Amino acid sequence: MKIVIINYGAGNIQSIMFAIERLGFKAVLSNNPEEIQAADKVIFPGVGEASYAMKKLKASGLDTLIPNLKQPVFGICLGMQLMCNKTEEGNTEGLGIFDVDVIKFSNKVKVPQMGWNQIYDLKTDLFKGVSEKEFMYLVHSFYAPKCAEAIAVTNYEVEYASALQKDNFYGTQFHPEKSGDVGEKILGNFLKM
Amino acid sequence: MNLCEGFANLCEITKRMLAKRIIPCLDIKNGRTVKGVNFVDLRDAGDPVELAEIYSAEGADELVFLDISATEERRKTLVNMVRSVAEKINIPFTVGGGISSVEDVEILLNNGADKVSINSSAVKNPQLINDLAQKFGSQCVVVAIDAKQIDGQWIVHLVGGKVPTELNLFDWAVEVAERGAGEILFTSMDNDGTKNGFANEALAKLSTLINIPIIASGGAGNIQHFVDSFKEGKADAALAASVFHFKEIEIKALKQELRKNDIEVRL
Repeated sequence: MKIVIINYGAGNIQSIMFAIERLGFKAVLSNNPEEIQAADKVIFPGVGEASYAMKKLKASGLDTLIPNLKQPVFGICLGMQLMCNKTEEGNTEGLGIFDVDVIKFSNKVKVPQMGWNQIYDLKTDLFKGVSEKEFMYLVHSFYAPKCAEAIAVTNYEVEYASALQKDNFYGTQFHPEKSGDVGEKILGNFLKM
Repeated sequence: MNLCEGFANLCEITKRMLAKRIIPCLDIKNGRTVKGVNFVDLRDAGDPVELAEIYSAEGADELVFLDISATEERRKTLVNMVRSVAEKINIPFTVGGGISSVEDVEILLNNGADKVSINSSAVKNPQLINDLAQKFGSQCVVVAIDAKQIDGQWIVHLVGGKVPTELNLFDWAVEVAERGAGEILFTSMDNDGTKNGFANEALAKLSTLINIPIIASGGAGNIQHFVDSFKEGKADAALAASVFHFKEIEIKALKQELRKNDIEVRL
């Protein structure tokens, strides 16, 4: 199985590489369109600031490539947010895969949300064998509100979509690679799709 | 007092919330874990990678590695250690000690660190906080503040608490939050190593002034101290070293006790 992690200069990719290795697979980093298209599984990571990340994607033409991929694609954290219509962070247009707009938490709660929170109302095989209300590691200031494409929900000030799915596209706001053994299981579920 | 009694359904909802974090801190010198009393008389408590694996398995929510020798020594061993830790453990970790530039941070993040903690370099060059937040995002920028009381004032100190600055803890905390820090790691030098509990009054005051997560550090001696840091100190996370390293407190037992006190934890 060929796993490609999209490399566009955003964030902590090494942790995802190591997590995939712990699951017994190997991943390659690439921003080469042909290599990404030929992959069995594509992981779209992202840590950092949205408008900067989107600029990087556009510079390498990945903004048009990603929405047209046919194999399972997994966006993590900012990766998931960039797969939405748009995000308030830096007033950034997203890839328009998930039909939802990403907005900021209010100042009624500490921002960023940093730490372990529960996921529930779990749907799809991404969460196969995962119990409701498991804790996942999240670090974010912006969130996707609950919507039709939500496959997991988390509560922080409001109930919001902590995972999204549409066709072959999956996204999690939490970091499966940093969420203990259960997180690794979710990453493993994706790799088995 | 148990607010949940008689309101089971409501409780079910309100209990779905962000968990308080327990963070073992591993002070690193020459690639080994050390922890001193009041930052002197260092004792050797083991191999950092091995300890990281143990803590992760025991239910630690996060780890902090502070390279206390960083200002005097080369960084290569630290980068190697970060890589080995990231390879082995599946929980987040922060690396600090002697980090003074965007390049320093980049190499640590690229090797698998989730967050970096800056201390003296932020005091000397506050713009660094803005630069790091802009380039890597606030979520990975922890500003560590060591402070102790002098004539009733909380004064920020540098170099492991040896050098006083002109800065007041609270003013400085507000400034670093405004500059884009994602979290504050506040160590009370008055409490550190005493095992008499955290500086809850100062912690609670910090919580009213800034809207980013606060990690309580310095003074953990027993389980009740952790309960107090969350209930009285309003901390988002509590950090300790020797009580964990020398197995005086077991993380799982600690978390069970916290939950009994209606404090949300990941168990």
